[in-house]
Amino acid sequence: MNLNATLFAQLVVFFILAWVTMQFIWPPIVKALDERAKKIADGLAAAERGKHDLALATKRSTESLREGKEKAAELIANAEKRAAQVIEEAKVAAKAEADRIVAGAQAEIDQEAVRAKEQLREQVSALVVAGAEKILRREINAQAHADILATIKQDL
Amino acid sequence: MSTAGHETAANAPTAGEYIVHHLTQWNTSGHAQKNVIDFSIINIDTMIFSILIGALGLFVMWRVARSVTSGVPGRLQAAVEIVLEMVNDQAKGIVHSAESRKFVGPLALTVFVWIFLMNAMDLLPVDLLPMLWQLVTGNEHAYMRVVATADLNATLGMSVGVLLVCLYYNVKIKGVSGWVHELFTAPFGSHPLLYPLNFAMQIIEFLAKTISHGMRLFGNMYAGELIFMLIALMGAAWSVSATGVSLFIGHVLAGSAWAIFHILIVTLQAFIFMMLTLVYIGQAHEAH
Repeated sequence: MNLNATLFAQLVVFFILAWVTMQFIWPPIVKALDERAKKIADGLAAAERGKHDLALATKRSTESLREGKEKAAELIANAEKRAAQVIEEAKVAAKAEADRIVAGAQAEIDQEAVRAKEQLREQVSALVVAGAEKILRREINAQAHADILATIKQDL
Repeated sequence: MSTAGHETAANAPTAGEYIVHHLTQWNTSGHAQKNVIDFSIINIDTMIFSILIGALGLFVMWRVARSVTSGVPGRLQAAVEIVLEMVNDQAKGIVHSAESRKFVGPLALTVFVWIFLMNAMDLLPVDLLPMLWQLVTGNEHAYMRVVATADLNATLGMSVGVLLVCLYYNVKIKGVSGWVHELFTAPFGSHPLLYPLNFAMQIIEFLAKTISHGMRLFGNMYAGELIFMLIALMGAAWSVSATGVSLFIGHVLAGSAWAIFHILIVTLQAFIFMMLTLVYIGQAHEAH
């Protein structure tokens, strides 16, 4: 273990090697390591985001499904209600129509009856007048007793 | 881990000679260094192996860095990324300035990879490269040590480098006046009587940190190398006798066990050196 100038030579070599490492070896490798670390971090973040998105999408689809079901149920309920309403309305309309027809028929019948009565009355009065004329030909002046005849006709 | 080629019948080295020979650096003086400190000499083997290994480690990482992708990584890229990520995480926990980490991170990565690879040279058979070198040069006494971190110069060189980085960040983060103020008022407090004591403590702290930083790695690798040599001596002493055969078996068992354990030491010491580098630089960022 002798000391000599090797010590200084080694000192110089030491710094040259360190300098070479600093210039040409360390920076590119550290850069690559940092890049890879970033890539991995980004990948993990993306995966996390993807998972989150998936959860959101699942939630959203469940919600839409539920909404769709609700809407369909509502539509069906509405349609049923509307159908019932239509039936009800039709019933009412039919009943009204029936009533109207019945009423019309009744009115016609009444009218017919009145007309028949009127005719009957005319004929009866004509008959009565004719009968009375025949009976009372001599005593009764048709003109003089027209008002009486009209009254009788009225009462019939 | 045979030393057969080394032992010619005429001048077979003793165990002591063998170990001393293996622990002697190949340097620019042409012979073993005589004085403990001699700054006119450079260890050629340490420089060659540390530079080659450092270049190899950086080249592999550079290849990865050039074709790096943030997509699916290949195996090599994944391996480099694991090391880099480990270093970066430690740096983030210890040095809180992102601006400083642009230099401190690469520095710590270099320290870890470089020291790990240099330490790993210990796992090669202790005689393999030295013997090849002796064959190539034709000089059977040629010196060569392959584990650069088992040379105190290399480890102290790196720890002094860390010290310089610490001083730089002390000045950069706290300013010259802030740092000088800290040198004289920490750790005991701001009182004129305490200034010399504080300053002495600070100097001791810097010295202790730096020397222990370099010595710890050196000591571990030096001791590890020495044990490999002692194990190699067992195998070298084998012969056709009960003792000789059991020595051979002992070599295989001990060598395997120590090599496996050494994988831990190789990695652990590289990690410790890196962590202490980060801790010392982190301390330079914190006001006392």
